[in-house]
Amino acid sequence: MSEARGASRALLEVDGLAASYHLRRGVSAALARRPQSVVRAVDGVSLTVGRGEVVALVGESGSGKSSLAQTIMRAHPAQRGRIRFDGQEITTLGSAQLRPLRRRMQMIFQDPYESLDPRFRVRRTVSEPLVIHGIGDHARRAELVSEALRACGLDPPELFLDRYPHELSGGQRQRVAIAAALALEPQLLIADEPVSMLDVSVRAGVLNVLAGLRDSGLGILLITHDLAVAASFADRLYVMYLGRIVEQGPAHEVISAPSHPYTRALVSVTPRRTPRTGGAPQILAGEIPDATRVPPGCRFHPRCPVATDACRRSDPQLEPLPGPGGAAGQHLAACILAPDRRVVQQTSR
Amino acid sequence: MRISDVQSEEVLAGLPSATLAPRPLARATELLRGWSAQVMLGAAVMTLFLLVALIGPAIAPYAVHAQVGHVYASPSPSHPLGLDNGGYDVLSNLLVGARTSMIVGLCAAVVSILIGGTIGVIAGYVGGRTDGVLMRITDYFLVIPDIPLMIISAAVFGRNTRNIVVIIGLIYWTTAARLIRAQVRSLRQRVYVRRAELLGASGRRVLWTHIVPQVTPLLIANTVLMIANAIFAETYIAFLGLGNPTTPSWGAMIQSSLAGGAIFYHAWWAVLPPGIAVTVVVLAATLVGQGLEDSLNPRLRAGHLAVRRFRLRPLHGELERE
Repeated sequence: MSEARGASRALLEVDGLAASYHLRRGVSAALARRPQSVVRAVDGVSLTVGRGEVVALVGESGSGKSSLAQTIMRAHPAQRGRIRFDGQEITTLGSAQLRPLRRRMQMIFQDPYESLDPRFRVRRTVSEPLVIHGIGDHARRAELVSEALRACGLDPPELFLDRYPHELSGGQRQRVAIAAALALEPQLLIADEPVSMLDVSVRAGVLNVLAGLRDSGLGILLITHDLAVAASFADRLYVMYLGRIVEQGPAHEVISAPSHPYTRALVSVTPRRTPRTGGAPQILAGEIPDATRVPPGCRFHPRCPVATDACRRSDPQLEPLPGPGGAAGQHLAACILAPDRRVVQQTSR
Repeated sequence: MRISDVQSEEVLAGLPSATLAPRPLARATELLRGWSAQVMLGAAVMTLFLLVALIGPAIAPYAVHAQVGHVYASPSPSHPLGLDNGGYDVLSNLLVGARTSMIVGLCAAVVSILIGGTIGVIAGYVGGRTDGVLMRITDYFLVIPDIPLMIISAAVFGRNTRNIVVIIGLIYWTTAARLIRAQVRSLRQRVYVRRAELLGASGRRVLWTHIVPQVTPLLIANTVLMIANAIFAETYIAFLGLGNPTTPSWGAMIQSSLAGGAIFYHAWWAVLPPGIAVTVVVLAATLVGQGLEDSLNPRLRAGHLAVRRFRLRPLHGELERE
């Protein structure tokens, strides 16, 4: 898929999106006329998700992944930039105009213990979206609910329909949440850390459900801090750091040949099947900086193991890399040292 | 931990659904078992008083405002609680007066909860400026001195039962409003509420399907507590001579006996029975209300309505850290 074709046909196109949160000032700060501090959670992010494509968004806590998801879902206002869904601009649509579109873009949340109403039986949780959008009559809805449950591996559905969330295990709950999202047959699914709260033993099951959905043409934006999850399921990968995309490209290429020092650090601490081949884990010093005070120059330079003076001055943009993906305009990194990858590798050793 | 999770999933999947479907009756008895003896006792006493309120006029041995003997005649077999300053039978008045107290108590409690619940839910759900305005109004009502307001409104609007209900309701809605608002605000942030919003549910729908049912138990507990307040308020309104003069009530009995010199005649039987009746019914309502609140108010117990969640969460926090 070339970038040009992808741009015109993509299911979700996000272009230069920015979203911020205003922190409350105290009375004294307001009296002193100190400016209100602004958290730039998302600061100029562009990404695309195609039909039948799993796109992973990776980054550590505080990098703005969830804010980006909330903004794309229009639960949080966008400050700049554009969101296009299936070619339609949705950045500024009102809630009434959004409603028919909500049917086609669904979200699942991290915590399956929180995302289901504790008083709703499975039947009601899964049919709620159908009721909201006035789909089908009673009998038809029952069919759709059963279908959705079955598609999510809750088979036979009769076993689960009359249960309350507290009667289900974590993995079953997340499957119910996915079934509720799927009942509307959406085209886009935004999954915000769908397995991070689950036991390792049930993770694979839930991820397999998602992988099966891709084959039926669903576009999935998978948000995760777990590079291993991203590596095994995503077609393409975006690495996010402090509100920006710092590297993007085909998943296997980004993971086998990471270019941005941040991605390299993430990859180096991901457990491998053959531990000896991976090289020494590179533990990043310090925390992700406060998003109210973004460092000047490259925002990663305070923690970067290979930062030079130039990194403190210039704010790098995403540039295509040499190599197969980069040549095709697909593998990009925002690092002034990245284009000559050897330099980065030598310095980091 | 992991192994047990896998097992439980398999075990659950293997069981027939009938054994797993929640049985409403079992849930109700479980709830009842959780209630302490104080709730049971309070509920029994309240039921008794409600019964009296229903059938009191039918079982009262004498007419209410009928002189049936000497003024302040002592208790005797024909008049177990003696006679009052008008020569009226105290027991008959007590039985008939129960109806006024219970009607005013229940209605005023419902009025105050309706006002307070509505304002609390709107303020908590809409938030922002609406919330600010509604809460300032609530603060304003909270600091209104209630007795002067009652005196003035009785003078202005007339002394009938409906006005008493309205005025008590208007004074006591503030606690409910603040409690419900706080609860709704926390519910609004719940993921399942946000999820419903992202599904495209209208605000009204989210309110009625996800939020109001969650605060209803709290509203009920508060209503019962409010009954105690309202009965007490009705008694002192009547005691201050601001009640409905045509219907007998406990407060009015105490007021007329005291005014008629019951103390001077040592006629304790004319004052104590209505006083004790008020005390007992207020105590009973408080017992029930507090018992319900203990098990339902999230502020008094950290567990909120879905107690199980808190049992599971720490475990999953650990897993994530692994």
